[in-house]
Amino acid sequence: MANGSSLLSIEHVSKDFYGNVVLHDVSFDLHEGEILGLVGENGAGKTTLMHILFGMPVIMETGGFQGSIKIGGTEVHFSSPFDALDAGLGMVHQEFSLIPGFTTTENIVLNRESMRASILNDVFGDRMSVLQRDRMRERAQKAIGKLGVDLNPDMLVSEMPVGHKQFTEIAREIDREQTRILILDEPTAVLTESEAEMLLQTLKRLASEGIAIIFISHRLQEVLAIANRIVVLRDGHAVKDTPNENISMRDIASWMVGRSLGESGQRSEARGFAESLFKVRHLWVDMPGETVRDVSFDVHRGEIFGIGGLAGQGKLGIPNGIMGLFPAGGEVVLDGKTVPLNDPAKALAMGMAFVSEDRRGVGLLLDESLEWNIAFTAIQVHGQYLKKIFGLFSQRDEKAMEDLCAEYVKLLDIKCTSTKQKAKELSGGNQQKVCLAKAFAIKPQLMFVSEPTRGIDVGAKKLVLDTLHHYNRDFGTTIVMVSSELEELRSICDRIAIVDEGRIAGILPPTADISEFGLLMSGAAMEEAVNA
Amino acid sequence: MRNFKTFIQDFGWPRIIIFFFLVALFIMAPFVGVRLDASFSDVLNRFGQNAIMVLAMVPMIQSGCGLNFGLALGLVAGLLGATLSLQLELHGMLGFLGAIVLATPFSIIFGWFYAKLLNKVKGEEMTIAMYVGFSFIMFMCIMWLILPYNNPTMVWGYAGKGLRTTISVENYWLKILNNFLAIKIGQFFVFPTGLLLFVALFAFLMWLFLRSKTGTAMTAVGSNPDFARASGVDVDKMRTISVIISTFLGAVGIIVYEQSFGFIQLYTAPSPMVFPAVAAILIGGASINKASMVNVLVGTILFQGLLTMTPSVINSLLQTDMSEVIRIIVSNGMILYALTRKIKVSK
Repeated sequence: MANGSSLLSIEHVSKDFYGNVVLHDVSFDLHEGEILGLVGENGAGKTTLMHILFGMPVIMETGGFQGSIKIGGTEVHFSSPFDALDAGLGMVHQEFSLIPGFTTTENIVLNRESMRASILNDVFGDRMSVLQRDRMRERAQKAIGKLGVDLNPDMLVSEMPVGHKQFTEIAREIDREQTRILILDEPTAVLTESEAEMLLQTLKRLASEGIAIIFISHRLQEVLAIANRIVVLRDGHAVKDTPNENISMRDIASWMVGRSLGESGQRSEARGFAESLFKVRHLWVDMPGETVRDVSFDVHRGEIFGIGGLAGQGKLGIPNGIMGLFPAGGEVVLDGKTVPLNDPAKALAMGMAFVSEDRRGVGLLLDESLEWNIAFTAIQVHGQYLKKIFGLFSQRDEKAMEDLCAEYVKLLDIKCTSTKQKAKELSGGNQQKVCLAKAFAIKPQLMFVSEPTRGIDVGAKKLVLDTLHHYNRDFGTTIVMVSSELEELRSICDRIAIVDEGRIAGILPPTADISEFGLLMSGAAMEEAVNA
Repeated sequence: MRNFKTFIQDFGWPRIIIFFFLVALFIMAPFVGVRLDASFSDVLNRFGQNAIMVLAMVPMIQSGCGLNFGLALGLVAGLLGATLSLQLELHGMLGFLGAIVLATPFSIIFGWFYAKLLNKVKGEEMTIAMYVGFSFIMFMCIMWLILPYNNPTMVWGYAGKGLRTTISVENYWLKILNNFLAIKIGQFFVFPTGLLLFVALFAFLMWLFLRSKTGTAMTAVGSNPDFARASGVDVDKMRTISVIISTFLGAVGIIVYEQSFGFIQLYTAPSPMVFPAVAAILIGGASINKASMVNVLVGTILFQGLLTMTPSVINSLLQTDMSEVIRIIVSNGMILYALTRKIKVSK
């Protein structure tokens, strides 16, 4: 109990979405003037926790939550974000919610403008009040002063650098008289280093004035730099709640990603590879939300190469860019031949296949039969499963397509009523198997598999991974697997590259310590190396 | 019982209601003094006249461009082919086939530009297509007047230039298909063998095409363009091909219509021909992104059957002209119904 009274207590909060538990019995306190660092991998439950705190309607719509939230000792029930605001919670989101065409002042006091009654009020009511510009400006300047930064109150938001926008958001929250708790969700993600540094100073200043802060970030060095206490969320559990004393980044990283020892599955045996099959040099990919900046790596023949990293860092952009689905540049060489980028047909024809992470959007023809789904790429790319009639027209060979489909249904154990069933009627796991079958059907030399286990249940996950393993070992298919699930990568890959901010942060063997992966993901390896 | 239910679901209530309405009209016909054999003959005839224009809807629906509300482009290409054939004094089968051949380059050019435009407005094809059709018809209203045609049967008699609104093909290729191998039974029933064979040929070619590699790719583009692209299909190219085929079929369709109807109708005449074609394929059970030969067949028979029977039967019954009203209600109602079901496509 740092400062004695606890301002916000979260007690035994649990939440599930239709049986899928995302938060499990999470409890922690927040004291006045304290900075609490909240860290966790993607999907650890940070966002859901914030939604609960803020009374977002999505929580009520999905059946509410268990446990209680107390502010200043009394239990609160927020039915909308407005209640949360009234209770003194302020939130700064990762994406800016500012009006570009308004000035700093106008944004800060938006909807709480200082007003003066005018003559029209007598007739039309309060809506006809006049803005008190000078008073508004004063308030804005006071809020900016509290932050200890230099912001021009009359500048348009659209003309500001990113850092100033972030400060404007914070100023808006603290202009509210009653704001006692400030929640910042990845506030430094878009800032430059010096701006981030300034923000951290500001937060410390605010804390010293008695405002409690929850600071969510995956940049561990920042959390270490300013937090008084650190709470680590993992798979919905608050696995660690500790004061920020004598903790290294390595510790946090292993708490974030570490599974208890009993859970970790089999590791692939160490194998040696001689021949390089696939070479990527200075690849950039312009995929919205998954920008790849400068990626180089080699894949050996017969290897399973894993690519991991946090969401939004660019790992998904790599296969999408190489397969020509998003604008890309750089040098990609398969088996000695240069792969033309931005041309899916050529990429496929060269013997590469891609199982997309967007199963329903890109991976499947939902309204067509399984036969179509599995055979289509082979028909288009290699002209297979076609027959000639009258020696003139080439026609789909329905019989051959059915045989092909039946073969894969048997091989991958796809649960379906017939090969004519529509893809949309299958469960997620079986749809994923259809996507894999589609890729196997073109007999690729190199196969990209992107998030193969996303959104499917545990049993199906194992089957999918076993299938990949089986194809790799028995048919020698080289596989590049992209996944957010580190454990999954560690269980079947021969080497794992971790992507951070569009670059490869490092390549590790699956046997490497879990904290090493955590460090690479948080972009901390470089700093630590320098400090060591 | 269960089978019956799924059958009804598959077939759809609109089709069943229209089907029974049509049957009722046929049953009523003799009682109000309308000859059944003549009615059947009429329905067959009108089916043949319109089927290819309905068929023209199929490729664009399959490729995800939606209903071809801009079919007027194809119709105008057909009109150009037909008038050029008359200008060149081509008679008989030569005149008819000549009209199709002459219309082909126009339909390809129009279709290509039309496709260029539609590829720029993905998601809004149908709205844009409708306005493309309307404005192109208006543009052609000017062209029909100033193009240098001079065949006396086609131009205005008093000025010696500018095409007439209605041009008879009587001395050229009137009913050239209808009369080919036609079977006449009794005084009133004629089976238009040639016409139906011609329609069947085009339907068969379309069926073959949809089963080819390109046709398969086109269907996949309509079903999920992202999937198609990830499988190495050039989405825009497939859409362009579908639009050109649709426009070409529109041109062939109007020429077939003219040889049976007996007149080439110019100026704003193509305008009211588009909606019935759209409505017919929808009545046949096509959705905005799935259509088959069965949809074309069933839809054209039901819709044209309705159009043939309502004037004769209902008018005799009510002593008033209801045919146009019913045509408008059915065709627009059907289009409205189909558009509201657009969201049901799974994505």
